[in-house]
Amino acid sequence: MAMDITGRKLFVKALLEEGVDTVFGYPGGMVTDILDELYKHEEIELVLPRHEQGLIHEAEGYAKATGKVGVCIVTSGPGATNIITGLADAHYDNIPLVCITGQVPLNLIGNDAFQEVDIVGMTRSITKYGVTVRDRKELGKILKMAFHIAKTGKPGPVLIDLPKDIQTAPGPGEYPESVSIRGYKPNESVHVGQLKKGYKLLKSAKKPLFLIGGGVNSAKANDKMLKLVEQTKVPVVTTIMGKGAIPTNHPYYIGNSGMHGKYAANIAVGQCDVLFSIGTRFNDRITGDLNEFAPNAQIVHVDIDTAAISRNVVVDVPIVADANLALEKLLEWAEPQNTEEWLLQIQEWDKENPLEMRRDKGMTPQMIMEGINQQFPEGIIVTDVGQHQMWASQYIELNENKQYITSGGLGTMGFGFPAAIGAKIGCPDKQVICISGDGGMQMNIQELATAMAQEANIIVCILNNYYLGMVRQMQQLFYGKRYEATCLRRRKNCPKDCKGPNSACPPYEPDFVKLAESYGAFGIRVTKEEEIVPAFEKAKMQNTPVLIEFLIATEEIVLPMVKGGNPMTEMILK
Amino acid sequence: MKNRWIALYVENQVGVLAKVSGLFSGKSYNLQSLTVGTTEDETVSRMTICVTSDDITFEQIKKQLNRMVEVIKVIDLTDMPIHMKEILFAKVKNCSVADKAELFQIAQVFHVEVVDIGTDSVLLESKMTERRNNELIDLLRSKYKQIEIVRGGAVAIESISTSCAGRAEYFRK
Repeated sequence: MAMDITGRKLFVKALLEEGVDTVFGYPGGMVTDILDELYKHEEIELVLPRHEQGLIHEAEGYAKATGKVGVCIVTSGPGATNIITGLADAHYDNIPLVCITGQVPLNLIGNDAFQEVDIVGMTRSITKYGVTVRDRKELGKILKMAFHIAKTGKPGPVLIDLPKDIQTAPGPGEYPESVSIRGYKPNESVHVGQLKKGYKLLKSAKKPLFLIGGGVNSAKANDKMLKLVEQTKVPVVTTIMGKGAIPTNHPYYIGNSGMHGKYAANIAVGQCDVLFSIGTRFNDRITGDLNEFAPNAQIVHVDIDTAAISRNVVVDVPIVADANLALEKLLEWAEPQNTEEWLLQIQEWDKENPLEMRRDKGMTPQMIMEGINQQFPEGIIVTDVGQHQMWASQYIELNENKQYITSGGLGTMGFGFPAAIGAKIGCPDKQVICISGDGGMQMNIQELATAMAQEANIIVCILNNYYLGMVRQMQQLFYGKRYEATCLRRRKNCPKDCKGPNSACPPYEPDFVKLAESYGAFGIRVTKEEEIVPAFEKAKMQNTPVLIEFLIATEEIVLPMVKGGNPMTEMILK
Repeated sequence: MKNRWIALYVENQVGVLAKVSGLFSGKSYNLQSLTVGTTEDETVSRMTICVTSDDITFEQIKKQLNRMVEVIKVIDLTDMPIHMKEILFAKVKNCSVADKAELFQIAQVFHVEVVDIGTDSVLLESKMTERRNNELIDLLRSKYKQIEIVRGGAVAIESISTSCAGRAEYFRK
């Protein structure tokens, strides 16, 4: 019989057994015991953010960049509620997290104790699994379950609510090596017959098309995907989460499809006769009007999540499988198909309406993205949410040495900057570039201090148009330029009926360059095209985090665009 | 749209009922009734759930339930031979003597028990299918002004004898 140990000791033992070397933690009354235990362990680095929302996005970026489980430790009450947005984000984008929330002692639960909230109840629908530890004897098993559930099957966030007295109570010291959960059996095989049926359909097609979602990136099945494309000669479109599934400069890669997808990609989806999709849930931003989605195609759908299949789009061949396993099997059968004519047709569409921004109005977002492509052929690109994210998704080039991290499902403003810090903490040798807007950047700007403390020397590119541009774009196109609540220069005495920038506009706050400097980071302001490359060159030489503010045209819009609910082939192009 | 039944084996743990019922409210599924109780294995609870939905939504409901860690097994009872009953109490108040006599007749025809009686009220206890209970309620409502109804939601179990197959409706009556 092993000796009894305290819950806090068992917790740290579990982290070590799981190979955790980095945790993201913010202190508070109900986690002081855990933190005190971590104080004794040099093997585990604790990252202290400046806000718990920043903390969980950092853990997400870390998990995405390293493939490891991101571990979060926050206190009860506000500490716990502050991670809710991140939990929802991780749940949507399938990021493996284990989040420990401190909780008031068991005998106080239900008493409206100081900093008590029912965090498990609040997060039930946005976690893969969540539980309050009520018995010290269960702690080892629950921790093992948490790591197992977070990283297997379709990954996701797990929340463990840990009352303070469980942390200090003595109990069994064993951390189980494995755990069997009768209600949780992630799919570890692929139905060969069904997959063969899907492949036969693909092979019979005259205009076959792969639609690839985040599942391929998430399964790290990129090599296999590339091989399959080259063996079958079938062209590829991706969702935003699927971008990078194969290198973006590959001749068979068309581009992103969807609301701000490439013209040729959306038309190809509309015209293909077999759509072979892997790891996408056919989100509304991809399908538009469901009745008009891929109207000429028979659809094969490979996904690890049974519930994602035939939910939004009724498919002809459903296949429940991990992308890796399915691709492995497909590679055994894959034969070249005659797609030359089809490919030429797609290239023709691309020539008709290429992805390109007008260059006669000064510095465009496209130029900035091209600058990033040219200066940073390798590394990790992390974006926030908004117009800049769409431009990045359109113009950023990806290859096998370049990863793209973005908040796709939940669309969380404030995600990008902390996620980039987390990615850098996980991969200190990689160049990490954060692309953000001026709105999203301000949602977690306090994390500049974390970046400094962690020496997370990332380069942050802020595309500043003085607006919350994505919504302003909708106001511009569909609401008669009534820019309510989207102008970030607006002050109390501005006229209510302002229709856009004019000579009377107040100055913009904050001054991002000075702000960066106040944290000890390096700030650069870029106003002209010629300054883009020198700015990047200067940024690369710094030994601190760098913040580059690009002043772009204030009323630039993301094109092409499909209005929500419209067919994907009805694109606004100009 | 039609009524469908699911038997659900779940972990007998705190919060599981909230998680399952939360799925129905969160995703706008139309929940008709949900009952829960422990099984022969006290670590496992079994729920009987009735939903109104179309085919596609129902498939989705089953998948969503299946992917919950706490859900051990989902059984679709809709087209299975099953025994299904719901407990119902009906208290009829302000009865005249004639009313009482009639209530005894109703009880006899519906095969429900009169389990309590007072000077001007009668308590009926019924163990029938939901549909039969609905019919009983309709009848009581049409005849008496003051009634009080308490019902428990249906519980169901798969039939034993295979000869029941194809007679599913019989057991649901």
